[in-house]
Amino acid sequence: MKRTLVLLLAAASFPALADRYVVPKHAAFEEECASCHMAYPPQMLDAHSWQHLMNNLPKHFGTDASLDEKRRVAIADFLGKNAGGRKTGVTADAKGNPLIRITETERFVRKHRQIADAVWQRPAIKSKANCTACHTTAAEGNYSDDNVRIPR
Amino acid sequence: MRFPLLFSIALSLAASVAQAETPRDFLTRFEKEAGAAASAERGGRFFTSRHGSEWSCSSCHTERPTQGGRHAKTEKDIQPLAPAANAARFTDAAKVDKWFRRNCNDVANRVCTAQEKADVLAWLLAQK
Repeated sequence: MKRTLVLLLAAASFPALADRYVVPKHAAFEEECASCHMAYPPQMLDAHSWQHLMNNLPKHFGTDASLDEKRRVAIADFLGKNAGGRKTGVTADAKGNPLIRITETERFVRKHRQIADAVWQRPAIKSKANCTACHTTAAEGNYSDDNVRIPR
Repeated sequence: MRFPLLFSIALSLAASVAQAETPRDFLTRFEKEAGAAASAERGGRFFTSRHGSEWSCSSCHTERPTQGGRHAKTEKDIQPLAPAANAARFTDAAKVDKWFRRNCNDVANRVCTAQEKADVLAWLLAQK
């Protein structure tokens, strides 16, 4: 009983812990993946999704993000090793095809269900890929609600 | 024993100096490949106009690339492309080749010719 209470208290005092991602240092991942957008934490997609994404870089969300093969393999390996996790679960659509948009994953949709379309369209946000527009500490992997400031 | 060590340090320094390239080196390289001189005026027109795709170079890099830009899709800040405003630009062959490959594909659905690269770089070098 006492132990349960302690655990409950501990969980209550760190509600934000679940929204933090520790991303191991990886120079090629940081340089290549963060040139056009922020480096999204590998944990946000499962290994199957990352594999699919890394096999299709010349057609990456409508742009050419091709890499030399050595770097592509190194980054794919890093993403695979750090992919997914309990919170993320399986990132696939209803047919089982791997999702490559983090914004379409079950967790993202659930966490943002209260954000209206008009909010996404605000000039300071514009894209669901623009995490840092609202998550002020996203660059450090911290997506805690405490650090969310939604621009007007 | 000390001499060979110093000698090898000197050699590796010389090698790294030889590898460091300047924007002018790239201009020379592209002009040589094209077999013709660059035209900054033509480069400016290429940079700011569309080539069959939704975006031009200036969609992200702006028409005044001494200033920073923003990615047309993700909104991420882009550092200035003109060497006068950003000394890191056009100093690394792997990066120069990578970005021309990707961005020409996005803007023109093909690789750019050496002449186009020379022209654009000449125009970027003229931006102060």
